[in-house]
This record gives sequence, C-alpha cells and structure tokens, in this order.
Amino acid sequence: MKGFRIVLKEALFNRLPRSAYLWIGIIALIILPWVVGASGGNYWVRVLDFALLYIVLALGLNVVVGFAGLLDLGYIAFYALGAYSFALLASPHLPQQFETIAAAFPEGMHFSPWIVAVFSIILAALFGIILGFPTLQLRGDYLAIVTLGFGEIIRIFMNNLDRPFNLTNGPKGITAIDPIQLFGISFAKPLDLGFIQIPGLYLVFYLFVLLAISVAIVCLHLQNSRIGRAWVAIREDEIAAKAMGINTRNMKLLAFAIGASFAGVAGVLFSAFQGFVSPESFTLWESIVVLAMVVLGGIGHIPGVILGAVLLAIFPEVLRGIAQPLQQALFGHVIIDVEIIRQLIYGLALILIMLYRPGGIWQKGGNNS
Amino acid sequence: MDIFLQQIINGLVLGSIYALIALGYTMVYGVLGIINFAHGEVLMIGAMVSLSLLRLILGLTSDLPGWLTLLIILPITMAVCAGVSYWIERIAYRPLRNAPRLAPLISAIGMSILLQTLAMMIWSRNPMTYPQLLPSIPIDLWGSGATITGKEIAIIVIALAVMCGLLFLVEKTKLGRAMRATAENTQIAALMGVNPSRVISITFMLGGALAALAGIMIASNYGNVHFYMGFIPGLKAFTAAVLGGIGNLKGAMLGGLLLGLIESLGAGYIGDFTGGLFGSNYQDIFAFLVLILVLVLRPTGLLGERVSDRA
Amino acid sequence: MMEHLLLDVTDVSKRFGGIHALDSVGLKVPHGSIVGLIGPNGAGKTTFFNVITGLYPADSGMFLFDGKFYVPESVSEVTQSGLARTFQNIRLFGEMSVLENVMVGCHCRSSAGVIGAIFRFPSTKREERSIRDKSLQLLAYVGLSEYAAMEARNLSYGHQRRLEIARALATEPKLLALDEPAAGMNATEKLELRELLLRIRADGKTILLIEHDVSLVMGICDSLTVLDYGKVIASGKPADVRVHPEVIRAYLGQGAA
Repeated sequence: MKGFRIVLKEALFNRLPRSAYLWIGIIALIILPWVVGASGGNYWVRVLDFALLYIVLALGLNVVVGFAGLLDLGYIAFYALGAYSFALLASPHLPQQFETIAAAFPEGMHFSPWIVAVFSIILAALFGIILGFPTLQLRGDYLAIVTLGFGEIIRIFMNNLDRPFNLTNGPKGITAIDPIQLFGISFAKPLDLGFIQIPGLYLVFYLFVLLAISVAIVCLHLQNSRIGRAWVAIREDEIAAKAMGINTRNMKLLAFAIGASFAGVAGVLFSAFQGFVSPESFTLWESIVVLAMVVLGGIGHIPGVILGAVLLAIFPEVLRGIAQPLQQALFGHVIIDVEIIRQLIYGLALILIMLYRPGGIWQKGGNNS
Repeated sequence: MDIFLQQIINGLVLGSIYALIALGYTMVYGVLGIINFAHGEVLMIGAMVSLSLLRLILGLTSDLPGWLTLLIILPITMAVCAGVSYWIERIAYRPLRNAPRLAPLISAIGMSILLQTLAMMIWSRNPMTYPQLLPSIPIDLWGSGATITGKEIAIIVIALAVMCGLLFLVEKTKLGRAMRATAENTQIAALMGVNPSRVISITFMLGGALAALAGIMIASNYGNVHFYMGFIPGLKAFTAAVLGGIGNLKGAMLGGLLLGLIESLGAGYIGDFTGGLFGSNYQDIFAFLVLILVLVLRPTGLLGERVSDRA
Repeated sequence: MMEHLLLDVTDVSKRFGGIHALDSVGLKVPHGSIVGLIGPNGAGKTTFFNVITGLYPADSGMFLFDGKFYVPESVSEVTQSGLARTFQNIRLFGEMSVLENVMVGCHCRSSAGVIGAIFRFPSTKREERSIRDKSLQLLAYVGLSEYAAMEARNLSYGHQRRLEIARALATEPKLLALDEPAAGMNATEKLELRELLLRIRADGKTILLIEHDVSLVMGICDSLTVLDYGKVIASGKPADVRVHPEVIRAYLGQGAA
C-alpha cells in the first residue's frame, strides 16, 4: 500500500516543476464554476459555494480540535453569531421592530459585510474567550458537553428572542438580508464585463475560494510557528507542556478564539449569501457535521480537513441525486428518505473512522497512528 | 406561593426520571472514565420498544388493567435496552480503550446518530402518541391548589424503589463489590480476580435497563415519543450526575432530584424574576447553566466524585 | 562562608489522605553544585519534585529560589523563573520530531505571538531561525544531532532521556531538576550521562538529581539528601551519607546497620 502511494505521488507530483501545478490549480479553479454550471446548473454551483464556506468552518474547527486537541461540540454557535450579526445589521428587521432604530437609519440598515466581518471576528473571539475561560481547564469530555450546552443555549436564545421585544424574530428567522457587496458590485446580480457576463453565484465562488485559501494559509502559518508547536505540545501532554513554561490556559483560549473568529466571518458571508437566517441552520447537527469533516478528513492535517469538508459538503447532494432515483427504480417508491440515509452514513462513518482509521482519510505525514 | 407546591411536585417527578438516567452515566464514568454520549439514545429506544410492545398487547386485548400491561412490558423493554447498551460498549468503546481520549467520544457521537437513525427507520421520523395506561386524573392535595396524578405518584415511587434496589446491589452483593473495585482501580481489581470487561459490560447493561425505565416514564408523562427525545434528557441527566459528583451513585440520585427541582422552580418563577423578559420556554437553559456553574465552581460535585485511577 | 543557595526549601509537607508523602522535608541546593536526592522506592522523591515545581500543592513549606520567595502554584511559571525538570516516566511529545521537542522548550524564552505567526514578519522569521539554531545546538550538546528529524517516540530509551534533558535545557534554566535520568541506561550510556551532567555543571548550571544508581550519584554529587517514607534521614557529603546507619537501614533493612 505504501509502495503504491509512493508510485502515485511520483506519477502525479514529481513530473512538472512546482509552479506548473500552481498554474494548473489556478486555472482549474477559475473555470470550475463554468464547467459545473454548464453541466449541472446553478444548483451545483451553489453547492460548491456552500462547500467553500464549510471548508472555512472545518479549518477553523481544526485549529481547536486538530491543533489544540479541544473537542468543541458547540462550534456552530460562533457561526450563528456571525450570521445573525450581519442579519441584524443589514436587513429591514431591526428598523421594522424598533422605531428608534428606524429613525436613526432612515435609509435602512445596510452595513457593509466587510465591516460586519471585522466586527464579528471580534465578537466571536470574545464569546470564545468568555466560554473558554471557565471551561478550558476541564477534562476533554466535560469540555465537549459544556461546549455542546453553549451551542444549544445560543440556539435557544436565537429561537426565543422574539418576545418581549423582537430581536431575532424567533423560529421564523430574518429575511431580506443584503447580498455580498464589494466595491459597489453586488454579488446577487451578474457582473457585466462587456465581453462576458459573470453570474452572481460564480462571483461568490471566486470570493469564497479566495477566503478559503487565505484561511488555509493562515492555518498553515499558525501550524508551523511557535504557537502551533505549543498547541501540539498541549495536545500531546499538557503537563509536559506546562513544564516547558507554556501558559497552557492562554494557548487554549487562543485556539478557541481563533477558531471562533473563523466561524464568525464565515457566518457573515453565509448570511449575506443565503439572504436569510434562522435558528434551524445552527443546530447541534451542524456542529457535528463540521466535526465529522475534520475527523474524517484528517484531524490536524490541513489538506485532509479541506478534503473532508469538500467530500461531506458534496456528499448529501450526490446522495440525493443517486439514492432517490435508485430507490424509485428498484422499489417503485422511496423506502428510506435520503435525509435518513445521510444521517445513517454519518453515524457509521464516525464510528468506523475511529475504529479503523482514526487519523482520517488523508492523515498526516505517514507516521501517524 | 401558589405554584410553589405544584412546582415541587413537578420537580420531584422530573428529578426521579433524571436520577434514573444519571445513574447510568455515573456508573459508566466510574468504571471507564468516559461519558457515554449515546446513553440518551438508549432511553429513546426504550420508549420506542415499549410503544411497540404496548401496541402489540393492546392490539390483542384491551381487557388488561393498565398497570398490568406496563408490568409485562417493563422487564422486556429493560432487557432489550440492556442489550442495546451492551452492544454500544462492545462496538464503540471497548476497541478504543487505549486510544486517545477524543476517539471514544467521537465514536459515541457516531453511535448516538446511528441509534437515532435506526429509530427513524424502524419506527418513524414523526412523533407518535404514547398510550396512557396509568391514571392521569389530577388528585387535589389538601386543597393547596396543587395536584398530582396517579401516574406521577407511580413514577416517583418506582424510581425510588429501583434506586434503593440499585444501592443494595452495589453495596451488599458480590457483584456490587466487583463494580466498586473496578471503579476504584481497574488493574488491581483484575489482580483480585475480578473480570473488568465483564463488570464493565454489566455496568452498561444496568444503565441501559434504568434508561429504559426512564424512557417509559418520560413517554408516559408527556404522552408522546420521537426519535430525538433522548437528547435533551440525556444532557440534563449528565448535568445531574456531575452536580451530585460523577461516579458517585448517591450523588447521581441527589443530583437528579435537585436538578428536577431547580428546573421546575426556575421555569415556574423565571417570568416573575425577570419581569416577563424570559419565560418558561427557556427551561432547558437551566440545566446547561447549572452544568457550567458546577464545573466551574465545584467540579467534584456536591457529594464528591469517584473516578477510577485509569481515568 | 555561606555558599549562595539557588534553591532553599524548608518544612515541606504533603499528605495524600492519611499518608504523609512528605514530612517536613528540607533541601538546600547551592549555586553551581550537583545535589543528589536519593532514597528507597516510594520515599517521596518524585513527590518532592512535583511539589517544588507546582504540580502538586504543598500542605506546608517555605520555598526560596535564587533568593526570592515563591509559592509553587503554576508549573509553567516555575519553569519561566528558571527551574526546569524532567520526568521519571519520560514525557516527550512523541509525535513531534526530536528537533521540534527541543524547539518547544524554547517557547518560554521567545515571544512571537499570533499576529507574528500569521503574517510572518521579518522579526518573527528571525526568531524562528534562532529558535531552530539554538535547538540544533542543544541537540549537538547532548549528542543527538543525527536524530533531529526522527519522531521522538522512535528514539531508544537512553536517547529519549537525553532528549528530555536537551528540552529542559532549552528553557534556559538556572536549576535543572532531573528525575532518574539514568534509569534504563546501560553502563556506557551512564558514563556518557555522567560526562554530560559534569559539562552542564561546568557551563554554569545547577543540578538537582533523583537517582538510584549509587556509583553515579557518589561520583558526581557534591552533596546528598536521603529520603525515607517522606522524611529526610540524612544529608551531607556523599562519603558521610553512605556510611550513615539510618541510610543503611533504609536500604538494607533492620539489622544490617
């Protein structure tokens, strides 16, 4: 098996100079939405766009779980914070509910997503620190449950803060959120360049690709730094890490805050992209999905995590495309709902990966357990 | 003051159920040092299985008195859940005894999802009504305005009886001694002739049986079941176990009752306390807040924790 | 003439339940010396280390390090102030390379933060390079240069012990507290260890050593303190301690004195 992998690597990666692969990659990414759009339609380009958001989420959670070894089951709460921040600051909801706000913003609230993104980085990091401060000293499983509780608390608040005053609009969620804007160009409409028209979804794709690449680079830099080493030390043996003079509490808080801020930014963009948010998008299941991406892909291994995110983001769609018609063809009707199959596979995958390949599909370096 | 007694009663009912579930968590944590994330799902399976059995029996005859029907399905359901719990340990935990801590936890999450999905497939995605077999007619209590139903009395009494039985088992029998020894120091217990794997399996099975009972109680109390019903009670029961002191059986019982009371009184009075800002729809938050407070302020719990050396 | 004491602890006690793991233990480590802490298994030597480094809170005790009082509460703070230790059961970062293990030791003497890590400023890159260079130097110092890229858990036992020492040295300690560094080593390795310890002392560091190997301890220690059942039963020059009747009794049992 190892020999085969070496041969494959040889065949794929060592033929051309490094820069050639870079250009191939860039060109592939540029034409990807066009290819997908032409063959599958806008639906699949949307899937790709969401997949890229998931990559950002997975990379963020990877900092917490993969680098620092802290199991956060409430990660999606930070995503929710970012999403609702933008929803509140760039939609007609608040002016509709509160006269004073409507008066202060006669033209409506239309904060730029970029400003809100910066704001949500700070907000998410702050919440991460507030959550982490009392809890990061806890044993691994306790931390998992507490973070899970935190995620649920945020969701309950989102769901119920429509009384006595309507902040979040409860289960109905907030709609009519401004789309992404950059230099006055709205990403909800096609961009007319004269010789070519780029659909909004494709613009979003390019933007999200840039975001995902930036996040990946940030993670890479963190990994190979003094901070990254400290995280691995803490993950391997916290007492020995302390004996090295590492302030483990602060390092863990840092991991938490950084992971949270990635989710916050992703949340803002999600909100702007989808145009509406509701508590349903931020359930425990979503936290588990992101965790599954990290675990399946390769805990702590950046390329693995990206692969995991892409596979798991696309998988449910592929499943829907296959399982439904397949069952129709075989049995005449759908016996098991696609949603259930999806969950079944997730559950099995988590168990099987832990039992047989705990390092993930694409694990680190070849010298992993 | 008018609702105080009522909330106390509600709290005791809720607390008895939490205590039963919490015992499962605490016993497993005592011997293995891990949270059995899938425990809440066993509760749900118990409720589902009992529903199927009830439908079967009620389909055959409707002459049996309610309590007798329940008496028949109880041991069967408990046995089934003991088995489910046994297999959870065999599949998701045992192979990962020496793996890093994250692994059994993730595996347990996977198992939890798996069980929910199986429930969706075998029974239904939608909530199903649960037949009411015990009297639900409110009995007035000394004209205080509070009421209690026969069903609620049954829940409290049965839970109490079972808990006493468990305590007896753990403190006075050979098996109980073996369990306590394994909980204290697994390696030494093994040297003394105890088979740790067997004790662990039995611990899981006991927890499963208790969860089955709790599942039936919840289903009876609320009148319905659905595949997600184990999640929140499971989480709260875990909080109760921590509150009382993880690994400590009496702690789990105390924690369960206490949490039930806190939740009930909290939900009852939160409207008054916050001037209508927060209502009883925030009830679930209490458990989480209690959890965070306990873990931060007194992580060993009220009665102290008892975790094995290997943990 | 009073030698300047680097470590001066008195009246240290620690109970676990009913057991007195440490009973009013005192220890003095003069600057630039090698002090040995010996005693039968279970005497409390590692517990003592754990207490002075802040891993376990002490029930009582006065702690002076380099002339300043300190309360051993935080392991990382103790290391930052110049007291580094190794562990009886070797606690290396197994998945990291040998070199990276030492680089982790440099953590508390470097300062690059998150921003520096993300943006890779010239100053950050310079610091990384100096961390790397310093770590390579330390590996050469202990004789592990050729294993720099190897995963730490693949090292032989004796080499792992040396790596732990290199890692502890990376924290730039004033006092190096070693917990059974010779355990599991063969005769050649022990000689090399002896040389290494003498070199470390010659380079200005002070060493506190828990060890079972009598000849090693007798050969390099300037003074010995003997623990038995948590109490100090003898203290002084190795030659004196060796013939102390209490010490003989502790190791060989009643009737051997």
